[in-house]
Amino acid sequence: MSTTPSELLAVMGSRELKDDTTVFAGVGVPLLAAALAQQRHAPKLTMVIEGGIIGPQIKPGRLPISTNEMRAAHRAQMLPGITDTFLFAQRGFLDYGFMGGAQIDQHGNINTSVVGGDYWKPKVRLPGTGGANDIASLCKEVIILTAHEKRRFVQKVDFVTSPAWLDGDGSRERAGLLFGGVSRVVTTLGILGFDPEHKRMRLDAVHPGVTVEQVRENTGFELLLASQVATTTPPTDDELTMLRALDPERRFLGGEGGNPSRVPPPKR
Amino acid sequence: MKDGDSVVAGGCLFSRTPLALVREILRQRRTGLTLCRNLMCTEGELMMAAGAVERVVTAWMSIGLPWGVSKVMRHYVESGTVALEEWSHLAFGLRFRAAGMGVPFLPALTMLGSGLMSVGGMKTLEDPYTGRTLAAVPALFPDVALLHVSRADRFGNCQIDGYPHMDADMARAATTVLVTTEELVTEEEIRRRPDRTVIPGFLVDALVLQPFGAYPHEVWGRYHADFEHFAEYTADIDARGVTMAVADYLARYVHAPATWDEYLELFGGERLKRAQDAARELVPGA
Repeated sequence: MSTTPSELLAVMGSRELKDDTTVFAGVGVPLLAAALAQQRHAPKLTMVIEGGIIGPQIKPGRLPISTNEMRAAHRAQMLPGITDTFLFAQRGFLDYGFMGGAQIDQHGNINTSVVGGDYWKPKVRLPGTGGANDIASLCKEVIILTAHEKRRFVQKVDFVTSPAWLDGDGSRERAGLLFGGVSRVVTTLGILGFDPEHKRMRLDAVHPGVTVEQVRENTGFELLLASQVATTTPPTDDELTMLRALDPERRFLGGEGGNPSRVPPPKR
Repeated sequence: MKDGDSVVAGGCLFSRTPLALVREILRQRRTGLTLCRNLMCTEGELMMAAGAVERVVTAWMSIGLPWGVSKVMRHYVESGTVALEEWSHLAFGLRFRAAGMGVPFLPALTMLGSGLMSVGGMKTLEDPYTGRTLAAVPALFPDVALLHVSRADRFGNCQIDGYPHMDADMARAATTVLVTTEELVTEEEIRRRPDRTVIPGFLVDALVLQPFGAYPHEVWGRYHADFEHFAEYTADIDARGVTMAVADYLARYVHAPATWDEYLELFGGERLKRAQDAARELVPGA
């Protein structure tokens, strides 16, 4: 089966999650990735949603568009409130955090706040952190899911909304962030990690049909390469069938070049 | 409410927003306000466009994924007309938790090392026991809290169904607490289920019964958000620009109807009934 960019991200993201763990997932592709993992190989995965939700299940065709509307809590186990939900992460109970981002730099830091100009009078004002900063600060392992484009992958973000490895070389720990950090960047072209010493982004694998050169061309900084750049296993028919069943209206899975900021609202 | 007050609105995004209270502030043409809300939605847009706010304190602002980045926010923030002070969602919550606890700050492990630290002026603290660096999240004591709850009795004891959001902390933190409620119940009914009460009456300064007081936003188990209305509103902004579209919206929905019930008539009973049916389907037995 051919896949859309969103389907590729959801399938590759789902494979990163182990069973019997907890994942902080935002609405859209991250939630679909978590739900897919839960159905396939991680039945004991607990999803946690920022609106204050522990253990929701996904009702096909009733995917939430915000983290705090009624449909996000479908068959949830607990609604502890927003502050307390994040405090579970601060206490170290959240194994994974899924994130997206408008801009990402070579150390994995993310910007969803301002582009260009001064903070108080920016050229472009983006919606802001929401819980992204907390997820990046407090989950034990953070996985970024994003389209791989040169304008997104920049040397240095205009503003660090969500910290990954900051400037590398131990700067995250020095800032007081005791654990966590971005482990994986899953993109539409491949899968990236970070070199252990300086925490610079490194290409670990490309998706089938993608060349290393193509990844370099779409990255705005010098990319490290793993000693052997692997090739990912393409999404299987089984994975795609299950994923598509979760979003039958294709609100989040979209078409070619599906853009998560252009999600049609659900029919009631 | 006075001009220049700092105001916090309860709920979150398009969930349990105290829109009847926000509308009254707009009708009174208050100015110079600071509006605090963890995730800001159309209420923040209307306050910006009406010239009511000079600063917003938030973690995120737009309506929701399907409607893209808020053009209203971009218009007022990028021009420097309104300051957007950004805190992480947890830090925002801890600011009200700290105030609600009556302490000046709470130590935390979030926001450290990020650009957000300098935006709101958050300071760090050396842990007196281990010497490690901690964020010292400052308490936020707003002048007024605006809340919309599921049910309350005439003494102001409030119960909230579904998501608690941050309302209970906000009620403790604010100097003055104004509440609207979907339902006014007897003292006996509150006493029958005291475990459901999240705000005690002695925190509440004024209580108003206002069914559909968050419409077109949602209230858990009672009515669904009116996504068609959001689509009409944003389509008009796309077509005619922020200034003209929102000015007309304010005239039609805020200033023309004399009461909230008259405002609801603009939507019509059938539409409200549809929103109720959708909520009952999503939260059976609520």
